[in-house]
Amino acid sequence: MNGYLGDVAALARKDLALELRARDTLPAMVLFVLSTLVVFHFALPRDAGDDAAYGLLWVAIVFTALLGLSRAWVPEGRDGAIDALVLATRDRSAIWVAKTLAALAFLAVAELVALPAFALLFAPLDATAVAGAALASLGLCVVGSLAAALASAGRGREVILPLLVLPLSIPLVVGGVGASISPQAGDYLLFLGVYDAVFAILSWASFEYVVTE
Amino acid sequence: MIRAEGIEKRFGGRAVLRGLSFAVSPGEVMVVTGANGSGKTTLLRLVAGLAAPTRGTLAVEVDRSRLGYLGHEPLLYRELTALENLDLFGRLYRVPERRVRIGMLLERFGVWDARSEHVSSFSRGMVQRLALCRALLHEPELLVLDEPFTALDEGGAELLDAELLSLARTATLVVSTHDPDRIAPLATSRLALA
Repeated sequence: MNGYLGDVAALARKDLALELRARDTLPAMVLFVLSTLVVFHFALPRDAGDDAAYGLLWVAIVFTALLGLSRAWVPEGRDGAIDALVLATRDRSAIWVAKTLAALAFLAVAELVALPAFALLFAPLDATAVAGAALASLGLCVVGSLAAALASAGRGREVILPLLVLPLSIPLVVGGVGASISPQAGDYLLFLGVYDAVFAILSWASFEYVVTE
Repeated sequence: MIRAEGIEKRFGGRAVLRGLSFAVSPGEVMVVTGANGSGKTTLLRLVAGLAAPTRGTLAVEVDRSRLGYLGHEPLLYRELTALENLDLFGRLYRVPERRVRIGMLLERFGVWDARSEHVSSFSRGMVQRLALCRALLHEPELLVLDEPFTALDEGGAELLDAELLSLARTATLVVSTHDPDRIAPLATSRLALA
């Protein structure tokens, strides 16, 4: 594979290899989402109903994504590797695309554990709820990868990242919960798809300016 | 190849470079000297396109893909092996016959035997050798080297002397150093930062 897609594949493979070696992001995400769901299980009153539980699922997913995203650019920040990537890539947006794919892969693994655990502890999930989770996760990784790159460029990454991502994730939470509980789930899926497309284009086009001073 | 007119670089209220002008023609070797904090690294980052001047104009007439940069940091992934690092950057630079070129550089800089080891296990000198391999991987037209002799032992420094001598015939070099005498035989111009 050559060209732009070849660059994306090489960079995404690098991110996956780094995680397989260091194992400092994925295990933390899985443990966090599982323990959060267990705590919610005991915290939620018995008569709270399923709708509240779906909301809590999204709280767990958003904060699990934040946990992964906060570490997403750590290898690039160490030893100035981001400078080497910025110089070597023909189109710098390939760095963002690869980082988004890697973040999505990590979040997908965490959700592969979290969604069955949710179904076991709280309420069943139908196909539209799972589709909503997939689309909202994509949106989280799309905006989160760009925000994490912005946050990693300065001090206080841990503070800046949630400040950037949480407001942007509110529509995703609304869409994700709506896809799980609303009779018009299709509308929410459409909304999530449009959100993903708009923010993917914006992030792809603006990444160049994020990594150059 | 490089033309700077009145460039200034500020970080907040502090001016690191002020009113700097110089020109580098193709094939020249410009040595940049100056005390710690005089702005050598900042200037080299500007030339490499990793930062933009706050004021003034800086024109670098070489495609980014033909520029090699050795920074103050090694610009490598410490959790990857030497081979994996060079393979990644070789792919991104579209280096023809990548594996052959990587093997040749690793041999030349004495890193071949450690090619499958993680960079995190390398000594500082070995990391610098590998960083030089990365900077030279794509046979750049313009090579920007920030204190390239840092951490190298005498053997490594002699290797680099020979490499710079050969590169000076084919590429344009901008080299910052605290030891200008070492590069003096190659230097065609010198920029002393105050």
